[in-house]
Amino acid sequence: MLAPDRPKPKATPETKHFWDGCKDGKLLLQRCGDTGKAYFPPRPFSPYTGTRNVEVFEASGRATLHSYVIHHRPVPGFTPPYAIAVVELEEGPRMMTNIVDCPQTPEALVLDMRMEVAFTPLDEAITLPLFRPAKESK
Amino acid sequence: MIGRGEIAVVGAAESTKIGKVPGMSQIMLHADAALNAMAECGLKPSDIDGVACVGPMMPQQIAHYLGITPKWVDGTGVGGCSFMLHVRHAAAAIHAGYAKTILITHGESGNSRINATPRPPEPESLNGQFEVPYGPFGPPTLFPIPVLRYMKTRGVTHEDLATVSVVTREWAGKNPRAMFRDPITVDDVLGSRMIAYPFRILQCCLVTDGGGALILTSSDRAKDFPTKPVYILGTGESVETNMVSQMEDFSSSRAFRVAGPTAIEAAGIDRKDVDHLMIYDAFAHLPLYGLEDLGFCKPGEAAGFIREGNTRPGGKLPLNTNGGGLSYTHTGMYGMFALQESVRQMRGTAPAQVAGAKISVCHGVGGMFSASGTVVFSNERP
Repeated sequence: MLAPDRPKPKATPETKHFWDGCKDGKLLLQRCGDTGKAYFPPRPFSPYTGTRNVEVFEASGRATLHSYVIHHRPVPGFTPPYAIAVVELEEGPRMMTNIVDCPQTPEALVLDMRMEVAFTPLDEAITLPLFRPAKESK
Repeated sequence: MIGRGEIAVVGAAESTKIGKVPGMSQIMLHADAALNAMAECGLKPSDIDGVACVGPMMPQQIAHYLGITPKWVDGTGVGGCSFMLHVRHAAAAIHAGYAKTILITHGESGNSRINATPRPPEPESLNGQFEVPYGPFGPPTLFPIPVLRYMKTRGVTHEDLATVSVVTREWAGKNPRAMFRDPITVDDVLGSRMIAYPFRILQCCLVTDGGGALILTSSDRAKDFPTKPVYILGTGESVETNMVSQMEDFSSSRAFRVAGPTAIEAAGIDRKDVDHLMIYDAFAHLPLYGLEDLGFCKPGEAAGFIREGNTRPGGKLPLNTNGGGLSYTHTGMYGMFALQESVRQMRGTAPAQVAGAKISVCHGVGGMFSASGTVVFSNERP
């Protein structure tokens, strides 16, 4: 369903686990060994304390809609109007994403609405963690 | 520690033309502004011993093009506020004795794109992995990402955000060099073409060609120059994140909250002493964040402050008096033009001169809230 000309991310040694997780249908975050706090984007140390004692864990995939814009101009790989959103994961970190299974309108996209991850393949290597309105909130 | 007013701006000029300048490449826009700034204060390239401009490999390009042999260079490139950081670094360098006379230049062929340098994020960069795949396409899609959250947190309306553009245009109407000068209304803004909801075209900055240059030296030497010195009272700088999605707080910029108060405290001034304010307005929400994060308004009060007319002509805190990035000019890195307007106001030569202004605060943003720099100027040496 995603356009083939959408820009593709390219994993680095520090982020490979995240993209591998998406492909397997798992949203993998990391947790600081000192504070127990989750963080994103991936890196093999804690941005809170600098410790290398960190662990990868599977997030719930539940989130809320934190903010967004709805872009109205053409971009290769996208059909306007489309929302570029930031969700706040239940575990704390925020991430940029797109919203699927939902009209791309201010009326349908209400801040703080409950979302859930919707893994969406981009090609054989990359699956993107998009989000949809959570089923119970419909 | 550097003294308040120890360093002064003795040369300040923009490129001869701004707006659409198809007859000049990017490097010539730097040079044109630099030649104008040197001419007004009676300097030749051989008199300059320090050079600052934005980005990797740029100081050597500009120094060589202009025929300068610098003893000090700075290529700090953190986006459109880089020039505020250059001012801060140059002041420190002059204080330290590394250089005596420093030239800071900007040139950008943002509209005509002659010798311009596009740099899309690499797919392996953090932006390339964790933002670009979701379809942001330039600043109009990224800078407004936090706006809806700000509106909800602070109780700000679409009309409030439109008012920022209206007031800024009112100032532009007084400036013959501004690109857009015709008055606009809130309805005009809210009826203009949608770019990236909630922002419409009249809430987004211009995309223009232009250049600017500043020349700094010690205030003790400044009296030997023909121009009226503009003293640097205090400066501040910070960065937060290059990914707007990772800002700590979508309703406030951490980089603003560090840079702004650092500069104001260094200047030893009270906010109520400020006569003139520039807040880099790449988009209509930035003056609101700036007023609150620099402490001119309490959180949630900036929209009302603007709505009540405090920042418009005749108001108690004139803001973006050149017409701003929204209506005057915006080459891509507008911070140089905000600095130029602060210097003009302190010299008493601005097209929309604030009568009797003695202290000007000039606050810049770089990237999408990713960096910040602030300079406090005065025409009186403490």
